[in-house]
Amino acid sequence: MHGISGQQFAIDCFVFALAVFVGFELITKVPAILHTPLMSATNAIHGIVLVGAITVAAVGHDAISNTIAVLAVFLGTLNVVGGFVVTDRMLEMFRAKPQPPKAKEPGKAA
Amino acid sequence: MTGNPPAWVIFTYIVTAMLFVVAIRRLRTVGGARSGNQLAMVGMGIAVVVILQQAGFDNWYLIFPPMVVGAVIGAVAARQVRMTAMPQMVAMFNGMGAGAAALIAADDFRRLDQLGGVPRLDGLTILLSCMIGAIGFAGSMVAFAKLQELISGRPLTYPLQKALNAAILATIIVLGVIIVAREGGIQLFIAFAALSFILGPLFVLPIGGADMPVVISLLNSFTGVAAAITGFVLDNQVLVVSGALVGASGTVLTQLMSKAMNRPLTNILFGAFGGGPSKAAGGPAEAGGEVRSATVEDVVALFELAREVVIVPGYGLAVARAQHDVKRLADQLEQRGIQVKYAIHPVAGRMPGHMNVLLAEADVPYEQLYDMDAINDEFSQTDVAVVIGANDVVNPAARNDPSSPIHGMPILNVDEAANVVVLKRSMNPGFAGIENQLFYNPKTVMLFGDAQKSVSELVTELKEAS
Repeated sequence: MHGISGQQFAIDCFVFALAVFVGFELITKVPAILHTPLMSATNAIHGIVLVGAITVAAVGHDAISNTIAVLAVFLGTLNVVGGFVVTDRMLEMFRAKPQPPKAKEPGKAA
Repeated sequence: MTGNPPAWVIFTYIVTAMLFVVAIRRLRTVGGARSGNQLAMVGMGIAVVVILQQAGFDNWYLIFPPMVVGAVIGAVAARQVRMTAMPQMVAMFNGMGAGAAALIAADDFRRLDQLGGVPRLDGLTILLSCMIGAIGFAGSMVAFAKLQELISGRPLTYPLQKALNAAILATIIVLGVIIVAREGGIQLFIAFAALSFILGPLFVLPIGGADMPVVISLLNSFTGVAAAITGFVLDNQVLVVSGALVGASGTVLTQLMSKAMNRPLTNILFGAFGGGPSKAAGGPAEAGGEVRSATVEDVVALFELAREVVIVPGYGLAVARAQHDVKRLADQLEQRGIQVKYAIHPVAGRMPGHMNVLLAEADVPYEQLYDMDAINDEFSQTDVAVVIGANDVVNPAARNDPSSPIHGMPILNVDEAANVVVLKRSMNPGFAGIENQLFYNPKTVMLFGDAQKSVSELVTELKEAS
């Protein structure tokens, strides 16, 4: 409980550096049309701080730290749930629709 | 808790991290994007269930009530928000995550301080995540307020602005160094957090509304970094990986956007672009020429002679909520055998891809959406280009007026079309506050009025004419 060790810190740096590379590689290849959903989806993914908020809440020990923890859990949940729902709503509209150009097709050929 | 989680917990975190990576990979393609987002949800669900199991039930009252309330509010807000208000919604949720990171840092600092001191490595990581989180939170709230038009979208500038911001940043850094060196000091920490919180708005306020997409993207990346550093503080690798992925993506998106505007990021962030109304005031005289105002009938006559029509949507279309009417207009034109395409500028709307989302909402097939590079060569063969609520992205000054503040920004070459119809509310200059020579071009006619109303009148008129 007395803070992080140098080794832990180094391992986290190692993980961080590799994840940054993966992030760059993954994201440079997304077409512009999907940039807004991508921003929104990654916005939901950083809601992972909720895991940290729950960790802190589990060891809450006095009124101030309890208040901070409740707020952090609340904000983190908003980020996760709101972020994913809003992204899903955007992507719902992107489904490849079976082109519904009904009886108008002949007109189009003209 | 923050000490040593069992190995199986860390293994489940690996599963979560892999799901996030696969999810983002799937977001590359239109077909796989939705399932990608759902995979990310599964990954998040696993991590949250595992941490709940680890947390146990001792402090359930600190965990479940805020989770339930947060989930309900988040889901309802996300369900109800109009598609046009999407950018500020993303800014809002982004701010929430950043705020959570700052609070976690504050709590951990207090805990360690009470235990007798904050070791230097902890101090460093706590201060970093607190600072970035507080800036991200307060900055996102201001971005939200600007886009929601609770405050003016115009850049807010005052004398010595940059000097003041630099002084605050310097104070934050000095305080940080002292806190780390002293291994504690709750008062100093509160001052550090408060100054970081103030710096967020000071950093966003001088940036104009038109540049908000870039700012939201940057703040998204900030929150990712804050989440990753929270992972350092709590020694939790799932936070480190996820935060780093988001930090990298936000940076790439930010760069893509500032590249599309052909302005270095530093210029966007510190240039207070479009600030000078004096600049705009000098515009009309230079632009010269006459503006031709058209009626709905005039525009329909143009359509009747056309073979290819390109629609150029801008933010004005979103504001007027005209996307469904635009789709009806396109249907009418197609019925007459006219080819309809949509030209999407990378920074049209207020977020990259914002226009695509709005048009998709109106069932416009995405095969008809062309990005700038794909459509620019086609304007010379286009009979009618219909500009709906776009301004700066079609301003030829970006190409041929070196004195213009937007000179060098790639634009849609609408002025190469045989005829240009501009739907616009009034002659007010756009977000950037720059006069547009396109409106004075002899090929251009202006159809003034609310975009939604004008487009639906065009549809009615076309129906009657056929």
